Amino acid sequence: MLIPLSHYLVVSALLLVIGIFGIFMNRKNVIIIMMSIELILLAANLNFVAFSGALHDMVGQVFTMFVLTVAAAESAIGLAILVIYFRNRGSIEVEDVTLMKG
Amino acid sequence: MIQNLAFYLFSFILLASAVMVVTNRNPVHAVLFLILGFVNAAVLFLLAGAEFLAFILAIVYVGAVAVLFLFVVMMLDVDFASLHEGFQRYAPVGALVALIMFAELAFIAGSWAIAPAGGADRLFPTPTDVSNTVALGQLIYTAYLPLFQLSGVILLVAMIGAIVLTHRDRKRSLHQNISAQHARTPEQTLVMIRSPLGEGVALPQTQKEEETL
Repeated sequence: MLIPLSHYLVVSALLLVIGIFGIFMNRKNVIIIMMSIELILLAANLNFVAFSGALHDMVGQVFTMFVLTVAAAESAIGLAILVIYFRNRGSIEVEDVTLMKG
Repeated sequence: MIQNLAFYLFSFILLASAVMVVTNRNPVHAVLFLILGFVNAAVLFLLAGAEFLAFILAIVYVGAVAVLFLFVVMMLDVDFASLHEGFQRYAPVGALVALIMFAELAFIAGSWAIAPAGGADRLFPTPTDVSNTVALGQLIYTAYLPLFQLSGVILLVAMIGAIVLTHRDRKRSLHQNISAQHARTPEQTLVMIRSPLGEGVALPQTQKEEETL
């Protein structure tokens, strides 16, 4: 791999930080929060792949595939929950989801 | 050299589109920028030597997950402008947390070093004589077969869960009720009538009601 590992690490760190920043900024919009989670998982995948390339070890790519699977399942279930929540309440504001606060 | 230029170009587009995802006012545009970001991340995977995962990312993420997001965003009739309120209120604390976290990660990335003997500890070294797809397949169908099957089960559970959550039983639809059909007995439906000669048959009251239903 010609590109140094540290460059990949910096890019994926920036991606993770942008994702966390997005969760902080869009406190109301669940869809943007889920997209931020996707960005965070993508940063983790980028780290896995970069280490796999730098160390010449295939296990990182195998784990990237598992992370992709779990991320796809998570977004499918999350969007399904979002759809039924919108059907029941007519809004998707996170701050409205306080029914179970007690 | 050209690989370095490509890396900087695509990582810049990736980070810029990620920023657009989290700051955009219109969620449809945010999903489109997410798709752009995933395509650029796939190119970064290619540059790191993971060709199969790059195409998986392009097919599964751009083709399925991002389009699912797009469907949901367009399906929900939400006033997205009101959801954008409070953006400035959370900006300082969000920027502070992001800066601290990036500083910590930058320290780690800057001082990262692989131990000289670390190369000998590889679990499954990348083979040099076969392509990336073959190497990955030889690994996930042998050593990682249980985990691979388990990830399939996770997808099945997610699919069933999404269907169960969003399925709505419509009361007006004319669907077949198999258990009700099997529970029918002749006594409930059949009536023996001895009709007199030269007269018609008057239907009993219960059967008339059933026919009108």
